[in-house]
Amino acid sequence: MIADFTPVPALIGGALIGLAATLLLLATGRVAGVSSITAGAIAAPGPERDWRTAFLVGLIFGPIVFAFFGGELPRPQLPDLPIVLGAGLLVGFGTQLGNGCTSGHGVCGLARFSPRSLAATATFVAAAMATVFITHRLAGG
Amino acid sequence: MRIASAAIAGLIFGIGLALSGMLDPARVLGFLDVAGGRWDPTLMFVLGGAVGVAAIGFGLARLRTAPLFDDRFDHPGETAVDGRLLGGAALFGVGWGLVGYCPGPAIASIGFAGTPSALFALAMVGGMLLHKALPDSASQPS
Repeated sequence: MIADFTPVPALIGGALIGLAATLLLLATGRVAGVSSITAGAIAAPGPERDWRTAFLVGLIFGPIVFAFFGGELPRPQLPDLPIVLGAGLLVGFGTQLGNGCTSGHGVCGLARFSPRSLAATATFVAAAMATVFITHRLAGG
Repeated sequence: MRIASAAIAGLIFGIGLALSGMLDPARVLGFLDVAGGRWDPTLMFVLGGAVGVAAIGFGLARLRTAPLFDDRFDHPGETAVDGRLLGGAALFGVGWGLVGYCPGPAIASIGFAGTPSALFALAMVGGMLLHKALPDSASQPS
């Protein structure tokens, strides 16, 4: 797929993500970090699991609603299955060890001006860029 | 109301991700591939829009003493920048760079993007369970 630069939908889409995080905080007092919400949703039953499950169900239906109103969804091309599974494990394990991901640290943490989240975001972006450099540029993949 | 609010927040989050283009791992990798000669800065605009709106929204929300449907704001209390934070972020970054999925898009893709994407999300949950199973993870703030 050709990656074209699309700043306007990116800004509007980003603003919707910020709005969603604001709504969650305003209504429930909770932080919209998808990795923490996912980990909490597979934990012990209770009220903290219920809102998380509801958030994830909404998140899964979001793109479907978007497509229903004429939005175009990607048909992603992923690498070989062992890489997909290994990467998934790293993302799941790493976000738990580091207490957050692109939404928790990257969006909500930066919006709270948290130095801890800034350090985490700088680290995972740098590690991801280094990984892409190695796999796409050095290894020729 | 808590449950309904969370569901609506998730829905808006998912629509935002779809509109932004970030459900396509190729777009994310286009941002991460700084040396490829065709760098795609779109992700920065997504993050910028999200952080900008959330910074204003959080500021306004916190003018209240409590959220609408709960009795307290859940403030992430941890402030330390330590090896665990940076090590976890680095592992996450490697996984992110290998495929182009972070947790939000991975979950949001379950309903439409096909089996490999769903398997990524499943492996991600597996990684979370693996972390939970480690002996010293109980002492950690979640």
